[in-house]
Amino acid sequence: MATLALEDVKKAFGATQVLHGVDLEVADGEMIVIVGASGCGKSTLLRIVAGLETATSGRVIIGGQDVTPLEPADRDVAMVFQNYALYPHMSVFDNMAYGLRIRGLPREVIARRVQEAAELLGIAALLERKPRQLSGGQRQRVAMGRAIVREPKLFLFDEPLSNLDAKLRVQMRAEIRRLQKRLGVTSLFVTHDQVEAMTLGDRLVVMHQGHAAQIATPMEIWERPADTYVAGFIGSPAMNFLPATLTAGGTAARLETNGLVLPFADGPRAGEEGRRLTLGIRPEHLRPGIGGLDLQVELVEPLGGESVLHGRLADGAPITAKLPGALHAEGPLGVIIPLEHLHVFDAETGKRLDAQA
Amino acid sequence: MEKKVIFKGWALPLALLLPQLVITGIFFFWPAGQAVYQSFLREDAFGLSRQFVGFENFADVLSDPTWLDALWRTGFFSASVAFLALSVALFLAVQADKHIRGANAYKTLLIWPYAVAPAIAAVLWLFMFHPNIGLFGRMLNGMGIPWNYKLNGDQAMLLIILASAWKQVSYNFIFFLAGLQSIPRSVLEAAAIDGARPARRFWTVVFPLLSPTAFFLLVVNLVYAFFDTFGVIHALTQGGPGKATETLIYRVYTDGVMNLNLGSSAAQSVILMILVIALTMVQFRFIERKVHY
Repeated sequence: MATLALEDVKKAFGATQVLHGVDLEVADGEMIVIVGASGCGKSTLLRIVAGLETATSGRVIIGGQDVTPLEPADRDVAMVFQNYALYPHMSVFDNMAYGLRIRGLPREVIARRVQEAAELLGIAALLERKPRQLSGGQRQRVAMGRAIVREPKLFLFDEPLSNLDAKLRVQMRAEIRRLQKRLGVTSLFVTHDQVEAMTLGDRLVVMHQGHAAQIATPMEIWERPADTYVAGFIGSPAMNFLPATLTAGGTAARLETNGLVLPFADGPRAGEEGRRLTLGIRPEHLRPGIGGLDLQVELVEPLGGESVLHGRLADGAPITAKLPGALHAEGPLGVIIPLEHLHVFDAETGKRLDAQA
Repeated sequence: MEKKVIFKGWALPLALLLPQLVITGIFFFWPAGQAVYQSFLREDAFGLSRQFVGFENFADVLSDPTWLDALWRTGFFSASVAFLALSVALFLAVQADKHIRGANAYKTLLIWPYAVAPAIAAVLWLFMFHPNIGLFGRMLNGMGIPWNYKLNGDQAMLLIILASAWKQVSYNFIFFLAGLQSIPRSVLEAAAIDGARPARRFWTVVFPLLSPTAFFLLVVNLVYAFFDTFGVIHALTQGGPGKATETLIYRVYTDGVMNLNLGSSAAQSVILMILVIALTMVQFRFIERKVHY
């Protein structure tokens, strides 16, 4: 158990800059989820923490100790891989005992720790089996067990759930969270799945093109996304974006599509009259009603208690709305935008614009 | 899941198999049958008279102390060649598997010796180690180390072991490299994170995962050392000095072709044939069952 700090970690593969300086402070026992689309550098960041890749510059500090120059073996971290990476020629017991044997622990201690971890994970009956005799979910548990018995300073998870089927994934997700809370080990969890990220993390790091676009709690990211990328990435279906301009002395925005003026609920924004903005509104916040946007609904996806409606505005811009009930028809529909749920971004930089104090 | 194709009638499948059957028949079963037949006969050197003698040729061979010497010599020779060729190839493959500059050129160069005919390989080694005209031979003598494999039996054995192993390294290298590349990188990374240093990773993870390949190669190398090294020995030492480098296969040639003792030579080749069949069976048994993970 330890804290983790990353200081301006950069990584380039040849001429390709993969990480542009990532800073992160992780408290003892915290679960941090690194989430992003593929190629955003999230796995590279995790591998740098593990010591499997060397950072081009910057420092990795585990438990107050600068481990940047150390080999993976000397960092006292444990990692769960996407493909489990079990040793195929060893039994489950030997897989879990491998790291302990290398550390030269007494035989009884190893046997006890492996047994405890196996019981915790419900794989005590499988200790004699070889990995090829196990199902995907069981292999996943063995990989977890191999990490747990080591009692490391840090757990690293590299998309450990993406090879499991949907039902098992949800089950293992909850199990990982329970285990992590119970053991209290500081953890980094990499995933591309935003639901996994939202449910698992104490805090999320949303990665975008080698930058940490936002580091915050899941609800904070959902409620106050730092830029249009984060806003569009977190939340399903994705947030709607509408071009607009600043008007009425900074207290309202005028939609470009139909000239509708939307006063800000939380206060004025800085900037000239006519500053170009991007307004964001989540599909679940739209309500049916007259005097807002006029949609032409092209597709209705009923989800049971609610429905996702895909439509277009008069100028062709796509809008998604998530409305309660299953009885919706294709065709024209009016929706209103609740002002308290409006997100305001700068159109040039994509950064969030907060109300002036 | 086996895929079975059903043919109607016999004609087409037979026609498709025929080329392979004819080749195997003419170049293996017929001469092998001849050898078995010959091994029960005693014939004079001019082929004027022959006599059926049952297992007498075999009894003679197996009780001949010089043949038994050759058997031990072959055992030593084959074990040395296999060990040397396997260990050098494994070392080179491990090096080639690393991310190094020019790895492709290095791999290609390593594969070349396999394309060299045994006799030519032997001539190459002869040019290097001939006591009078060989580069290293002269160098050794110049440094005061008496080197003459034409007089010293141990040196002759050393030379044919080196030459034979050198030729087989390429073959082993390809298999080891393929085996290494099929080990998932993440498994090695997991071992590194578990705290294993490179040497430990090699012996506890890489080597066990390579063992099926290694076992297959061991059998192939033994068979090679038993049978395919004739060209090397013939070009370098002709079994000499004395009988210092006379292996079983070379003795078959000496007895049959030089001394025209056809019955004994045939009996010896039949014994060799049984040996190789046994080796192959052992390999199939083990590959199928034991060496699995």
